[in-house]
Amino acid sequence: MEAKEIYQRLKDAFQDDILEFNAEVLQPFIKISPDKTEEIAQFLRDKDDLEFDYLMCLSGLDLGENLGVVYHLYSMKFNHKIVLKTEVSKEQPNVNSVANIWRTADWHEREAYDLLGINFVNHPDLRRILLPDDWEGHPLRKDYQPPKSWHGIPVTLANEEEQDGANE
Amino acid sequence: MEPILKLFTELLPGLSPLLPYWLLATLSALIAALVLFGFIAVFALFAIWLERKISAHMQDRLGPMEVGGWHGWAQTIADTFKLLMKEDLIPEKADRFLFKLAPMIVFSVSIASFAVLPWSRDFIPTDLNVGLLYILSISSLAVIGILMGGWASNNKWSLYGAMRSVAQIVSYEIPISLSLITVILITGTLSMQGIVQSQQGNFLSWNIFHYFPFMFVAFVIYFIASLAEVNRTPFDLPEAESELVAGFHTEYSGMRFAFFFLAEYANMFIVSAIAATAFLGGWLPPFSFLDFIPGPFWFFGKSLFLVFVQMWLRWTLPRLRVDQLMYTSWKVLTPFSFVLILIVSFWQLLTL
Amino acid sequence: MAQTNNFPETRFELEIPDPLKTDEFILNMGPQHPSTHGVLRVLLKTDGEIVESATPYIGYLHRTFEKHAERMTWPQVVPYVDRMDYLASMNNSLGYALAVEKMMGLEVNERAQYLRIIVSELNRIASHLVFLGTYGLDVGAFTPFLYGFRERERIIDLFEEISGGRLLYNYIWIGGVAFDAPDGWLEKVNEFCDYFEPKIKEYNDLLTFNKIFIERTANVGVIPADLAINYGLSGPTLRGSGVNFDLRKNDPYCIYDRFDFNVCIGKGEQGTVGDSWDRYYVRIEEMVESAKIVRQAVNQIPDGDAKETVPRNVRVPAGEIYFRTETPRGELGYYIVSDGGKNPVRVKVRAPAFCNLSILPAVARGTMVADLVAILGSLDIVLGEIDR
Repeated sequence: MEAKEIYQRLKDAFQDDILEFNAEVLQPFIKISPDKTEEIAQFLRDKDDLEFDYLMCLSGLDLGENLGVVYHLYSMKFNHKIVLKTEVSKEQPNVNSVANIWRTADWHEREAYDLLGINFVNHPDLRRILLPDDWEGHPLRKDYQPPKSWHGIPVTLANEEEQDGANE
Repeated sequence: MEPILKLFTELLPGLSPLLPYWLLATLSALIAALVLFGFIAVFALFAIWLERKISAHMQDRLGPMEVGGWHGWAQTIADTFKLLMKEDLIPEKADRFLFKLAPMIVFSVSIASFAVLPWSRDFIPTDLNVGLLYILSISSLAVIGILMGGWASNNKWSLYGAMRSVAQIVSYEIPISLSLITVILITGTLSMQGIVQSQQGNFLSWNIFHYFPFMFVAFVIYFIASLAEVNRTPFDLPEAESELVAGFHTEYSGMRFAFFFLAEYANMFIVSAIAATAFLGGWLPPFSFLDFIPGPFWFFGKSLFLVFVQMWLRWTLPRLRVDQLMYTSWKVLTPFSFVLILIVSFWQLLTL
Repeated sequence: MAQTNNFPETRFELEIPDPLKTDEFILNMGPQHPSTHGVLRVLLKTDGEIVESATPYIGYLHRTFEKHAERMTWPQVVPYVDRMDYLASMNNSLGYALAVEKMMGLEVNERAQYLRIIVSELNRIASHLVFLGTYGLDVGAFTPFLYGFRERERIIDLFEEISGGRLLYNYIWIGGVAFDAPDGWLEKVNEFCDYFEPKIKEYNDLLTFNKIFIERTANVGVIPADLAINYGLSGPTLRGSGVNFDLRKNDPYCIYDRFDFNVCIGKGEQGTVGDSWDRYYVRIEEMVESAKIVRQAVNQIPDGDAKETVPRNVRVPAGEIYFRTETPRGELGYYIVSDGGKNPVRVKVRAPAFCNLSILPAVARGTMVADLVAILGSLDIVLGEIDR
């Protein structure tokens, strides 16, 4: 199924929660509202003509003002793909979790929470995954400042600031 | 005591009239003990080197080649010095007394087993009339040392290894004893020397070819069970390094570890020596015209061959799982050895 | 598929009457443990030998790759990519290079394309050989480990000759490869294939069809196909569950559509489809297929300048892409966002081992400690890739 048709199916079913469709880019994407992700995911997975049974990737990213979550879906049966996107503000980064639809999202969402601070509502076990539990801040945000030390272990190197200058 | 005393007086005829009997007996026992202790130490060094070379050649590599010159023969000596010089670590939360006691128990048990092994017609430290029974009972004591070591280390992996080891050794005692009972049925004696002497003649009169193929099966059962008894692959679960790090001796280092290590190789030799005595004619040569070669050569050669087979298996086979290990013992080896006892007894009744 | 939270039936259900109920034994497997393949920590709750729950804790090898990538120029990312799955560096940099090339709309020189196929398939063989060896170790057989490394050594020698590196190659660049093959290298690759193919029988005799090995792995850690897909497994781990899915066939990239090879899937020959033995055997069969691809590529390779299309300045237009390739461990995806500048805005890596490992708690429940080691080994994880 083409991205356009998938968009139509979703638009018919969810109307206002489907915010945008862009087929001009390399991989067409559909933008959805962050508190409907679970329903939309369920719809995409369970409808017989869509059957997106494979969540290839779930990425969080820092868009400057907002935080974004990108879902790359694939259907083993029909061999079609679609990209879903959603945006939340940095102050209230709440996205509905899809971990109960695709179990693989469990760890991906934990990673996005860990590195970007996106809060996945209804996630079964939202903890930090890569960083220590008592780490402060979310390193993949563009405005992240690493702490000077962690439990007495120096984190920032002495010449880090010089390097920063050199790179810019 | 008698045979070794006799050997001693024969070797030094001038001494015997001069010394009182009790002193002579003590001296000869001491010398025998020293000889055996030396043998165990040297054998363990040799066996470790041998194992490394055998494994290396089975795996398409050379193994130790540098230390000592010829094919790295001094490698294990160097390793021993390294172990001797290592810091003697005892974990803080360990039960210090039991922790120190465990390797001693394991090691003394394996030395004690050497007391009744017949090396030749004359050289047997003690020809107990219940020699086989003595060996079987003393070797089960090693379990206590292992459990002690595993418990006292206060390490969960060690405890796992110790528990596995106990379950395993206790289970495999049974097929071992049962398969040796068939030997006792045939020879009618529990004395190690008696068992050897009843196999006089060429190799066809060895117990392994008795009542062919039944005694051969008994030998195979004994051999498999003995692998489990000494924690060798495929039954090396107590020290399964990919599961339990190093099993019951995880926390041991330096000399205490060396004791466990020595005991392991001594045990390998003991179970092979029992197999050689009970099934392969002990110190008897395969043909009677080879009589001129002394007994220790045959005894050692047969045992060493079985040790080699143990090593061969170790570098070939993967490891069983705990439930499969128990299955093998209780549902395969034990029933089979019971059936063998029945068959051998009936055969004996029929041929009376 | 509606109810996917159901875990597979446990094999050892214990019903202990309440007064006898004893404490759970909490066991930390790792971060330093011989069979966690690196620095993985698995928190086990056991009842004797039986695992009641296993929770993996990762992150001990976290090297902030994704943050690093945001500060590097596009070609500078390549060496970092190599360090993720250090057993298959070639395959990792191939994925990144292809993704960036696709964003740039860059056509790569034919000869470079073939060289890329040859090195990545050789690296697949090398990686599977390490798996073969370590899996043997996991179930207690030491010898296959050295057999595997003996053959891998020859592949590494080939790589050393073409790229200068033995573990991390930095060979596949955006737009081509770093060096053309030296004289006689392709013949050596062919010789290696001649040498390697008969060795498969040796592994099969020694390990694959060993009775104890089969007992230890068949029917252990069965992953049904729908569960495998739902957990996002990929690569041999997914194919072991009987799913015929290989990105080289189903979503072809590079020039894989020019070669003739089979996709190996688990058939449940020794037990159930999707058990550890199937996952193991899929990898053994894949090595043969990879050797087949290498031979074809060596025969077809055209002359030319392999560095012809390597751009002086990498300018990536604004946009984003998710590009996936089949590494020895499965689907390696790069989600790359560019704003047209000289650094990527975001490089997210969908690491195959990361997803493969996430199924461990579901399959480990109710198995024995020894089985857990066998299952963990059959997932073939590389911590460098999981933690990034």
